[in-house]
Amino acid sequence: MLLAPALFVSAVLFTFGVAGVLLRRNAIVIFMCVELMLNAVNLTFVALAQQLGVAGQIFVFFVMAVAAAEAAVGLAIMLAIFRHGQTLNLQDINLLKG
Amino acid sequence: MPALPLSMIWVVPALPLLGFLVNGTLALARPGAKRAVSIVGVGTLVLAFAAAALAVVEFGAQHATAPLVFSYWDWIPAGELQVPFALQLDQLSAVMILIVTGVGALIHVFSVGYMHDDPGYARYFAYLNLFVFFMLVLVLGANFPVMFVGWEGVGLCSYLLIGFWFNEKINADAGNKAFIVNRIGDFGFLVAMFLIFWRVGSLDFATVFAKAPAAFPPAGALITAITLFLFLGCTGKSAQIPLYTWLPDAMQGPTPVSALIHAATMVTAGVYLVARCGVLFALSPIGSTTVAGVGALTALFAATIALKQWDIKRVLAYSTVSQLGYMFVGVGTGAYAAGIFHLATHAFFKALLFLGSGSVIHAMHRAYHATHSHEDAQDMRNMGGLARYMPWTAPLMWIATLAIAGIPPFAGFFSKDEILGAAFAEGTVRPAWYVFWAMGIGAALLTAFYMTRLMLYTFHGPNRTGEREREYLHEAPWSMTGPLLVLGALTVAGGALNVPPLFRGGALLEHWLDPVTAAASRVSPLIEVPHATEWALVVGAVLVAGVGIVGAFRLLRPEALVPARAAPPEPGLARVLWKKWYVDELYDAVFVRPIMWVSREVLWKIVDMRIVDGLLVDGTAVVTRALGWIGSRLQTGEVGVYVVGFVFGVLAVLVAALR
Repeated sequence: MLLAPALFVSAVLFTFGVAGVLLRRNAIVIFMCVELMLNAVNLTFVALAQQLGVAGQIFVFFVMAVAAAEAAVGLAIMLAIFRHGQTLNLQDINLLKG
Repeated sequence: MPALPLSMIWVVPALPLLGFLVNGTLALARPGAKRAVSIVGVGTLVLAFAAAALAVVEFGAQHATAPLVFSYWDWIPAGELQVPFALQLDQLSAVMILIVTGVGALIHVFSVGYMHDDPGYARYFAYLNLFVFFMLVLVLGANFPVMFVGWEGVGLCSYLLIGFWFNEKINADAGNKAFIVNRIGDFGFLVAMFLIFWRVGSLDFATVFAKAPAAFPPAGALITAITLFLFLGCTGKSAQIPLYTWLPDAMQGPTPVSALIHAATMVTAGVYLVARCGVLFALSPIGSTTVAGVGALTALFAATIALKQWDIKRVLAYSTVSQLGYMFVGVGTGAYAAGIFHLATHAFFKALLFLGSGSVIHAMHRAYHATHSHEDAQDMRNMGGLARYMPWTAPLMWIATLAIAGIPPFAGFFSKDEILGAAFAEGTVRPAWYVFWAMGIGAALLTAFYMTRLMLYTFHGPNRTGEREREYLHEAPWSMTGPLLVLGALTVAGGALNVPPLFRGGALLEHWLDPVTAAASRVSPLIEVPHATEWALVVGAVLVAGVGIVGAFRLLRPEALVPARAAPPEPGLARVLWKKWYVDELYDAVFVRPIMWVSREVLWKIVDMRIVDGLLVDGTAVVTRALGWIGSRLQTGEVGVYVVGFVFGVLAVLVAALR
């Protein structure tokens, strides 16, 4: 079985995703890193579905559907932000500063 | 008529309460409906007197030796403390309800005439009815808390009626003074109640008095503390040294109020309390000595002040304080019957004196009102020779004067004599009582003198009211002289209530009160002296009173008086007496001013403004704002910071979950 390698790859992907979210400034890149994390989770689901039943595989579809919806909303927000400030650098976007 | 069950005794206080509710409603809704107010106000009192009389007759027929207690509902059921709302009819409360409703009804009738032109007529009768209700609760209560309700209630009504004409600040101040001084006494009453409950576990009169001889070691510290605290309550309510100062100021109220509340009924509540708790006071020699001693001192002290007052009502006020002192000598000696007897006769003759002075003031006020003069209608220097204009009031007040001076056969003679006799007899066992007796005799001399002075200056000699005012001086209307006549009759015949065996009398009141006073007499029996000594005391007391009256006639010159506005200030001792020994000034300097200073400089400027306002109120705002500032610093608006926080938060949760 390829469970251990699959989980390892999933962990590496997830860590890349987290690192990207933490380190990058560009909103679109961060958004892509979030997608990376989601897909790492999907991989975990699929891998474990071998042992724990088909529910994990079904859940992956849900994650994909939500990710698609999120992409639609998120990209729309980013478009709006860009129109507002001519930038997607998150360090320059701090309208909610207290 | 079939005998009604005595458990209907609640009707007696309920009638004045009903009167209060109706009159109170009228005062708010239709203040001009004077006829309805008079009918309700006087009617409920007359009915209450009739009900009380029926109840007492029925009670007397039963020859009960124990109090009849009627419990109506559980008032305070709290664990060990079980206080029912219960009324109690016994020989003592029977006497009291007759006095309260009887004298009360007469004074209500008098008020119809006296207050007729007052815009607050309905309000006045509402308060007066409410007062009678609370007074009846006070004397009928079967346990300390119910009595305390009445005790506080009469204080409230007293306050409301002293400040009845509250548009003038002096009247409102007098009401405040009465209320605040009484708070000090009420504190004593409360502490005494707590101590009694702490030791006995009950506040019902029957239980407390039955258990008292076993629960309290005689002359112990606890019983002494209880009696002294109870007596502190009495000094407040009954205007004894050191808390008497409110009563003379209470004369700012309408004169019938002075007669009812501040002479005949409320101020005697302290005497009633001591008589009611006779067992407790009998157990404490220090307590009873304090009662008698303070009473004797007050009797003498107030009498000296009365010598030099010019306001006719103030003379009577100090006279009341002095006579209350006599009553305390009586009950402090253990002569409860004598004390209550004097309470009853004093209620008659002092109500008569006050109502008589009310009728004088009424006439004076009308005269000055007719000429738009602003002279003082209560100052005796503005009166004089009024006997010519007031053919009913003058002789009736003379009767009351002879009674209070102790001239036989008027009521005051018997009661005062009995108190002094009992004090002298107690002196054979406890020598301190010889001093009290001597003070009582001294006060009797002064009483005869200042009362004769009042009569001479008011009714005799030349008239000083003024040339133009003289033609307006008239006798009061019948609604006012009628009650005076009844009280006059009671003053003449009241002594018959309790003619001592010395005069071949049956000592009716004493025997009637026997079941109530028996328990106390068992603890500390009354001392008897031989008849020869008693005769000597009686003759001596009458001689002293005679000397006082004759002395006043010899020494005083009514024709030498000048009206108040032209009178020069008096020098020396006369000034000290006129200024009431400067006691008010002393209290002002020792208590009032320091308390005001502490209130203003410490409590207000430091505690309130700095601590409450500054530290607590503003401090809360400062802390909240600081916390908010810290929170707002966290909101950088930078997504990176949030993400870092989020990731580390998740990691922390994971670590915590996996451990």
